[in-house]
Parts: sequence; structure tokens; C-alpha cells
Amino acid sequence: MTTTSQTNMNKQSPGRLRAFLAGIGNVDRRWIFLSMALAVGVPILLKLRFPEVPGPMAKATFDAVESIPEGSRVLLSFDYDPASAGELQPMANALVYHCASRHHRIVFMALWPLGKQMADKTIKDVLLEFHHEYKYGVDYVQLGYKAGNEGVIKLMTTNIPGQYPTDADGAALSKMPIVADAADLRAFKFIGSFSAGFPGAKEWVQYAKGNTPDAFKVVGGSTGVQVSQLLPYYPKQMEGLLVAIKGAAEYEMLVTSKYPTSHYADRLEEGRRRMGPQLVAHLLMIGLIVLGNVAMIAGRGMKGGAR
Amino acid sequence: MLRRTIPMLILAASGILLVVAYFSPFTTSWSETVLGWFNVLAAVAFVLGAGNLLAVNLELVSARRAGWAYALITLLSFAAMFVFGLFKIGVVPNPDHPNVYFAGDYESSQSAFGWVYEYIFSPLTSTMFALLAFYVASAAFRAFRAKNIEAILLLSTAFIVLIAQTAGGMFLTGWIPEDSMFAFLRFDWMKVGITEYIQTAGMRAITIGIALGIAATSLRLILGLDKSYLSKN
Repeated sequence: MTTTSQTNMNKQSPGRLRAFLAGIGNVDRRWIFLSMALAVGVPILLKLRFPEVPGPMAKATFDAVESIPEGSRVLLSFDYDPASAGELQPMANALVYHCASRHHRIVFMALWPLGKQMADKTIKDVLLEFHHEYKYGVDYVQLGYKAGNEGVIKLMTTNIPGQYPTDADGAALSKMPIVADAADLRAFKFIGSFSAGFPGAKEWVQYAKGNTPDAFKVVGGSTGVQVSQLLPYYPKQMEGLLVAIKGAAEYEMLVTSKYPTSHYADRLEEGRRRMGPQLVAHLLMIGLIVLGNVAMIAGRGMKGGAR
Repeated sequence: MLRRTIPMLILAASGILLVVAYFSPFTTSWSETVLGWFNVLAAVAFVLGAGNLLAVNLELVSARRAGWAYALITLLSFAAMFVFGLFKIGVVPNPDHPNVYFAGDYESSQSAFGWVYEYIFSPLTSTMFALLAFYVASAAFRAFRAKNIEAILLLSTAFIVLIAQTAGGMFLTGWIPEDSMFAFLRFDWMKVGITEYIQTAGMRAITIGIALGIAATSLRLILGLDKSYLSKN
């Protein structure tokens, strides 16, 4: 048996619910900021990790490094700065480790002013940490940053000694066995660009690969926002492509499975470590979008029907 | 004459030479020279950029316009880094040349320049980039609304890519066999379908359009039909 007040309450309930849901749309944005901070911070503190299944792009990148003969000369261009290091440094670390595990001779360079510092960090933390046998000038060299954007690449297709007479510290490259006989980009079997924008992997495809399509393989490492510009080149003009932190995590899985390391293994797990916070943050984003739409629909009803 | 004709002639000659060099090996060395000039000019642009930064910010500070305090911080930071780098303040002597002060590496974190880069500049730029996550979340909550068919398609695509870009995609649909007729329901497959077919097709169309636009603009510049680069007016 229901009383009159209970009947009124039941009638009002849908209205209250709708008002509540519509009110969610006006929530203070500081709550959203707090929830995002928790979504990222808690998984980091709990060291939340998930298994990664390597995708076709990560496998193609791995195969590109594996397919060239051991001890090949490779060129790695660090075309990013600290703002994008969160996404690109893990894949750079993994690729350098992979190349060194195959005993490839590595030439480092940068088309971004701060790219050299990024490369130096990888050399110090990964290359020399895991491969003490690597000697400067013989097994690796740092060419550093050169102004000119795509002009640098274009000139390297015909004349490397003219473009780079010295390394980053001013030592003559003609006396370094690793590059003494490198006349142009055809001296390399593999070119990798870790790219956060212009100039980057796209320019390496357009100006280097476009000039000598069969001379070397090109692989790109890209931030998530830039990948749409690179996808048209994969897989024919760009043999491999690592996309954002997921690409780095998948590639790390492949590399460390074949070339395991017993010490400082965490330096080759940065990508996988960052996937936990990314999962929770992405789920939060989806939840927020759904909530925002529920609030919009509820608000429409309150204003007198759908529009 | 000096201000218009000569720059136009340099541009036309450089442009024609680079186009010809692509087809003729005989002009390769000429094109290398032109590209060398280009790279030198790109390096000189840094000096111009620094001069422009000083001019704009000094004017802001002297006129006490809105935000002049930020301009002052920019100027002080610029001056500090310039002095740290140029005079190699605090560098550790090079072991090969211990008596030559300037032989030390200014980029090592022991030097003032390297320390500022390592412990101030690098964390600050990373922090600025990380702040995007907060603003993107807030913007998505307020603006990502399913108001029409196009918006619903965009939302659906975003959900698929967001989930597929994490281990959540495999957790939810990884159990569907890849060789079954329902494999298209796997998040990783859907993401590949979206990115490698739909997105790539659209991007190719945009890229071809941009390339045609660049070719047309370059031709106008080389032929002297477009002179807008010569002056602001």
C-alpha cells in the first residue's frame, strides 16, 4: 500500500536522476584533473604491468634489423627533444640495444637541436652499459646536430664527407674506420629515425629512401600524434614503424626475448612499464566521454525533448 | 634592383638547378653547393632567431606591456645559457688536455650548461608535454559529444583505437581466434583496419594534395610569379 507522498517521490525520481546526470556535465574540471592524476599515478606506484603481444609493425621493425648482415653499418637519427622523450626514448633504447646485440656499427646523428643529447643519453645508458666492447670511432660515432632540416638528408644522399667533415666534438671523421669510407647514404644498410615531427622519419623516406630505394632499409619510430603522416609509407617505403609507447613496449618484448640481459634490465622495460598507466588513463578517457554524453542526453530531456 | 631582382634570380637559379640535378648527374656537384648554402643559411637563421627573441622581449620589458615579467625571465634565461655555454662555466677539464680550460665538455651535467639542461630544461619540457593529458581529458569530457552521425563515427573510432592501443584490447577480444570468421571483432584487427586502410587512404589524399600544392607554389616562385617572400607588402 503506497501513500500519496511515496507516489509523488516515485514520480519525481526519474526527474532527480535526470537532473543529477545532467549536473555531471557541469562538474568542476579540477575533479577531472584529479582523476587523471590518480589514473596515471596509482598504476605507477603499484607498478602495474600487462603482457604485450607484438603487433605486425613491431615485428617488421625487428625483422628489418635482423635481416641485415651482422656488423652492418647503420644510421640512427634522433629527431626529437625532451618533450617527446617519454614516448620515443624507450624505443630508441631498445633499437640501439638490438643493433648492438647484432654487432652493427652505429652512426648517431640528429636533425633536431636537442636530438644529440637524446642520443648521448642512449649511448651512455644502453650502448656502453650493455656493450662495453663498443669503441668510439670504430663501432659507433656521434655526428651530432646539423642545421638544415631536410637539406642535411638531401646532401647526405650524395656527399657525407662534405656534410660531416668532423664528428660532434670536432674530430676528423676521415680518421675513424666506421665512416672513413662512407661516401653517401648507400654506405648504410639501415636507417632509423626516432621522430617527433618535422624534420623526421617522413623526410628520411622522402629524401633518402626516395633517392635510392633499394640501398637500405628505413625504419621509423613515431609519437602517437604523428603516426598518421607516416602510415602511407609503411610497409613499402618504410620497412618498420614503431608507434608511440605501445610500439616501444612490443618491440622491447621482441628484443629482450631474443637477446636477454641479466643486469639493468629495467632500462629495456621502460615501454612496458608505461603501458600500465596508459591503459588506466585510456579507460578513464573513455569513461569521461561516456559520462559527458550521458550528461548531454539527460540535459536534453530536461529542456523538453530531444533536439 | 638589389632588393628584388637579385633575390629572384638567386631563387630561380637555385630552384632550376635542384630540379635539373635530380635528373642529370652532371649537375650533382652544383646542387651540393646550393644545398650547402641552404644549410649554412639555416644555421645563420638561429642567430637571426636569437636576435628577434631579444628584440621582441626587450621591447616588452621596456614598455612594461602585459606579460613583461615573463619576457624578463626569458631574457635572463637566454643570457644565462648563452654565458654558460660560450664561456664553458664549470666544465670538467678534458683528461687529454688538462691544462686547456676550453677543451672540457660543456654538455656534461657537471658544467653549468649541462646541469641546467639536465635538471631544469629537460624536466620542464617533459612536464609541459605531460600536462596535455589533463587538458585532453577535460576537453574530451566537455566537447566529445555524439551530436550527429559524423560525431558518433568519430567517437566509435576513438574508443576502438584507445582500447586497442593498450593491453585492454587483447584482454577483451584476444580470445577470438585470428583465423575465425569473427576475427574482425578483435580490437587489434579493427585498429589495423581503421589506421591502415581508412586513415591511410585519407592521409594519402591529403599528402598528394599538399605535394601538388607545393609543386605549384614552387613553380610560381621559380618563375617569379609569386613575389610575396620579398617583402611584407
